[in-house]
Amino acid sequence: MNTTNILIAGVGGQGILLASEVLSEVCLMAGLDVKKNEIHGMSQRGGSVVSHVRYGEKVYSSIIPEGEVDILFSFELMETCRYLPLLRSKGRVVVNDWKIAPPSVALGKQIYPENLIETIEQQFPLTTVVDGLTLALETGNAKTVNTVLLGALSNILDFDHDMWLAALKKMVPEKLVDINLKAFAAGRGTNS
Amino acid sequence: MNKVLLSGNEAIARGTFEAGALVACAYPGTPSTEILENMTRYKEIDSSWAPNEKVALEVGIGACYGGARALVVMKHVGVNVAADPLFTLTYTGVRGGLVLVTADDPELHSSQNEQDNRNFAKFAKMPMFEPSDSQEALDFTKLGFEVSEQFDTPVFLRSTTRISHSKSVVTMGERPDHIPTPSLERNPAKLVMLPGNARKRHYDVEERILKLEEWGCNQSFNRVEKGKGEVGVITSGVSYQYVKEVLPDADVLKLGMVYPLPKQLIRDFAANYTTLYVVEELDPFIEEQVQAMGITVIGKEKIPICGELTPGRLAKGLFGIALPDESSTHHLPPRPPNMCPGCPHRGVFMELNRAKAFVTGDIGCYTLGFMPPLSAMDTCVCMGASIGNATGISKVLSEEEQRKVVAVIGDSTFLHTGINGLMDMVYNNSTATVIILDNRITAMTGRQENPTSGYTLDNNPSFRVDMEQLCRAVGVEHIRIIDPYNIALTRKTLREEMARPEVSVIITTRPCILVPRDNLDRRPSLYVDHDACTGCKACLRLGCPAITWDETTKKSNIDKIICVGCKVCQQTCGFNAFKEVEA
Repeated sequence: MNTTNILIAGVGGQGILLASEVLSEVCLMAGLDVKKNEIHGMSQRGGSVVSHVRYGEKVYSSIIPEGEVDILFSFELMETCRYLPLLRSKGRVVVNDWKIAPPSVALGKQIYPENLIETIEQQFPLTTVVDGLTLALETGNAKTVNTVLLGALSNILDFDHDMWLAALKKMVPEKLVDINLKAFAAGRGTNS
Repeated sequence: MNKVLLSGNEAIARGTFEAGALVACAYPGTPSTEILENMTRYKEIDSSWAPNEKVALEVGIGACYGGARALVVMKHVGVNVAADPLFTLTYTGVRGGLVLVTADDPELHSSQNEQDNRNFAKFAKMPMFEPSDSQEALDFTKLGFEVSEQFDTPVFLRSTTRISHSKSVVTMGERPDHIPTPSLERNPAKLVMLPGNARKRHYDVEERILKLEEWGCNQSFNRVEKGKGEVGVITSGVSYQYVKEVLPDADVLKLGMVYPLPKQLIRDFAANYTTLYVVEELDPFIEEQVQAMGITVIGKEKIPICGELTPGRLAKGLFGIALPDESSTHHLPPRPPNMCPGCPHRGVFMELNRAKAFVTGDIGCYTLGFMPPLSAMDTCVCMGASIGNATGISKVLSEEEQRKVVAVIGDSTFLHTGINGLMDMVYNNSTATVIILDNRITAMTGRQENPTSGYTLDNNPSFRVDMEQLCRAVGVEHIRIIDPYNIALTRKTLREEMARPEVSVIITTRPCILVPRDNLDRRPSLYVDHDACTGCKACLRLGCPAITWDETTKKSNIDKIICVGCKVCQQTCGFNAFKEVEA
């Protein structure tokens, strides 16, 4: 089995760490070798955040070799575009339809770029756009966007549904398990 | 077997537990911080935050002299602070094993330099192990304690950001049933490093390194992995993983111990290849030593010396394979880190900017005061440097320019190494102003306790250093204590103290907004009354993430989800447009 490379991108505070923890746990449950990597520290203060997750029979580097990302799993539109060059030519994108203004935009010094979804889809036809916030609000909690997105990602990965549920139950604080399971189902499209 | 996913830092904590250590001590610093945070789950180990790395090491040394195994942890630049005890510890050797973790930060993800601390191993003459994943981080930690006792030496364990913060699969072991009981044991010839004793110990140090070098030639952590036999690579640490990606067919000599190098093993390996690479991040540490043995290798002539390695950067260096073209992303607005909404530092920096102060800065969240629009930091060198820098620059300026000099330092950094600078400032009649941003926590590294927080690593209440009394005790006469949420007071105090031709200290007292126990009086968020907002943009000078400018309406807005109601923006507005959301 070849190594699968998933790059998770977004903004500090969006719950990227938990998403990458759950994904890695699923890989471990599936009996695979897995490595994940992200930068803590200064980049967490609302800055751009990326997490690399790699799994397969044997994984060496925890950093995904540049240009070999199979799936860009992104929580914010502009951050998606920032990492598009790291994708393989036939890579896939799962993207949250959400904009967070960086400081220069918030200060009115720069404009948040437009038509980003079109740009992404043009380069990578295998793009799934998820309205994470709307789906999360339907489950009753805006803070579960990351789990909604994981649900959407799970559709294009080859892991048993049960493993996802088991990993969520293991990684999420107990009192938040139910709401996260709902959010996951909403993202996966299995709640109806 | 018990397979789990652990970060390198979690694995080091686990390895320390499994080695039967009794003491762990550190000062927080990215990327090392989580090691001690994870240690708190092992109640058998006395784990604590020290005020700085030198104290941390001295505590570890004491525990090891008592006969216990001790772990001491710091980031790469922390070893500079701890270097004084370290260079003599190698002379005394140990009683219980002592492992010193240095967590280096190639690429400067969160540091002021990217020094390569493998050089410290050679400089201090002590062995250094370098893991390449979490399993090795655990195994080499345990090994480090054994080697420490076997060879009577402290042992370095060198991690890097990508080892500390990567998770990989680990098989865990158990803690030994029997742990020797520490006790007092006098041994002055070994532990009292006066010249007469130390002179003799120096011979032991030199002999020990030679023994380690020979021993390392026959150990499984220095191993050859056979490939197709055409190309040879010598590598270690995280670079090993990139070699396996980029040169999958090469024969690899993987070094687990990077100092001292196993010279005979290297000679035997090198003899097989006409093309021999040394692949290492940062300095040509292995390369220069191998070349000094008369062996020709390809290293830094092709592999970058600056920044961390990645598979792509290695392939580019060795074979000229281009990295992906990222020019399509250059037009995207950058997303640098920022102070949190409600951060008590924000208003202070806005006022420092307004006062046109020359700010000698320091290491902490407040270093972000450098970023626009606050743009109020003119120097940043190392922990505690702000105060000494202010004293020095004031010495050479005209009286008028002296008044502009303000040192800014946080509580943890002040106790780390700033207090000595303040003593000097008073003792030698400086004129500068010092602001101590006392938010009662070591915030930048993720909110660790310190002697001003009043709590210990394991969250037990403790004595809280009285910052005002401390400053008074070193002779500061003019001390002002202010609430940094009060912008008018901050401005007035700053103006008065900058004008004063004597040392003065301003202490701000708002705790970090992210520490829940100190922020029980959460306030309602604000909103912008668009009828009142004139679009003057005065509030934007704060650079608060909760305030955004709407180009269409030409008004400011507040994101009520992240606003914490600090009301600092309200005080920047001349038109009363910032109003409280009604409960």
